Parts: sequence; C-alpha cells; structure tokens
Amino acid sequence: MAEQALRKAPLGGFHGGSAAAHVTAAGPATRLSLRAGADAVSALSKALGLDLPQKPKTSASANGRHALWLGPDEWLLIDENEADLAALAAKADALHSAVDVSHRNTAVLVAGARAAEAIASASPHDLSPKVFPVGACARTVFGKIEVVIFRTGEQEYRVECWRSFAPYAFALLAEGAEDAGL
Amino acid sequence: MLLIYCPYCEEERSELEFRHGGDAHIARPTNIADITDEEFEAFFFLRDNPKGLIFERWRHVHGCGRFFNAARDTVSDKFFASYKAGEPKPDLPGISPATEKTVETYEATEGTAK
Ligand SMILES: [Zn+2]
Repeated sequence: MAEQALRKAPLGGFHGGSAAAHVTAAGPATRLSLRAGADAVSALSKALGLDLPQKPKTSASANGRHALWLGPDEWLLIDENEADLAALAAKADALHSAVDVSHRNTAVLVAGARAAEAIASASPHDLSPKVFPVGACARTVFGKIEVVIFRTGEQEYRVECWRSFAPYAFALLAEGAEDAGL
Repeated sequence: MLLIYCPYCEEERSELEFRHGGDAHIARPTNIADITDEEFEAFFFLRDNPKGLIFERWRHVHGCGRFFNAARDTVSDKFFASYKAGEPKPDLPGISPATEKTVETYEATEGTAK
C-alpha cells in the first residue's frame, strides 16, 4: 500500500490542437478567489503586489502573478510561481474573503494564429481585439461549462476551468483548434 | 442569440450567461410577521404577468455574478434598458406601460369550466 497519496495533474498526458491553434495543459499554479469591497482594494493591492483592477474585464500582471477582474468586488488571482496567495492576502489589514482555489481550477493554454477561433467554436464571448485586447479577461460559458478566458498575448489565451471539467474543456478546445486549422 | 446589456460589465453579453430572477421592485414587508395570510400571498406569490413592458431582476450568473434590473417587452423580448440593483425604474420615453393584462390564469380561463 502506498505510504502517501500522489497528486495527479488533471490534464496529465493530454495533447491536441492543430498548427493553427496549439492546445496545451497549463503548468501548476496557485489561485485565490478574492472578494472585497472598494475600501479594501488598496490594502489588498499592496499585500499582493499587484494593483487589483477595478475596470470590467481588465487584469494586472507582474512576475507570473495575475489579478483578473471577475466582478465589481471579485477577483481571480493566479500565481504561476505557486506563491501562497492566501497568506499574502492575510497580511492586508482590511476586510476581505480569500479562498484558496489552486486545485479547484486548472487551465488550458490556447496559442496560435487561430487561437481565438478555437475558443469561439464553443463560446459566445466576443474575442475581437477591439473589445478583448491583450490583458482582457472574462468569466463566461464554454460549451456546457463556465470558464474564465484570459488573453495573455496577441495570439495566446489562458482558459481557466474547474478541475473536473478539464477533460471536457480540453477535448472541446482541441476539436475547435482542429476545425480552425482546416 | 439574445444580447443583454450588463450594467456592471458595461457591455452586451450573450443570454447564455444570464439567469432570469422574476419581477423587480417588489417591496418586502418591513415586518413579515405582522401581515395577514392574504397580504403574504399577494407579496409572495401573486404577479401581474403583463403583456408588454415589465421590470425584472436578472443575474449575470456566468459573468460578473451580479443581480441587476432590466426593462423588457414580454411580447417582443426586446430589452429597453438595464440598470444596477437598487436604482429606481428608468424613464423610458416613448414606451408605454403594459395596459392589457393577460388572462392566462386558471381562474380566468377555466374557472367556470366544470
Ligand atoms: Zn456582468
């Protein structure tokens, strides 16, 4: 019997996509679901080392850490260097709610000339550069699931979804990427 | 696909991201224990179901998560305006309030049928 349970990556071994849109599993990251009122924003921004964005659909990024606006008092924090975000937020002397969701979510990276089309194959969200420039983010729907789409580059997107939905999201994105490459 | 303007996201989004939340501007009794059963029934269950303009609650459940209010035409499904929760009903110039009440209730259509 194993001495210790081993943690498996939800998308370990998944691969897919096309030359027009590569679909890969994102590496591990820590994540925080943060809720706070306007009066706590400056203290939390200082504690997290990022200016929490206050405009709809905008984000702030620095050194692999991202703060995504999800709602008027809600952010998704992602740290690709796996910093303890909850501990950082706790340093802010301001009323807030911080829930570690590092293992609730996982992410699929979609990159390439047709990356937006691959995502649009199953999402109604408008990804055109005018309304969804680099740095834009939004919670929306993708097929039958809820996702957060984050535009990390001109042709690069990060699609955050819940862990148990990851195979569904990955398969649908891979199919969208194949169709976009035809 | 129907596009609904979210006053918090400040843009039109797909109807798939929203959930309907029933009539808006229903005042909750200040002390619910003081009202009669009939008053409770009226507050809790009875709705006008108008044909035409209606003010409703909506939730951007797969977006920003906020509840907001919207004015919609129940016949054409056209949204006239969306506004944040807590704000008063907006002026809608040129749009007349629903006058013709629907009669699609059991009592009205089937009440006398035996
Ligand atoms: Zn919204």
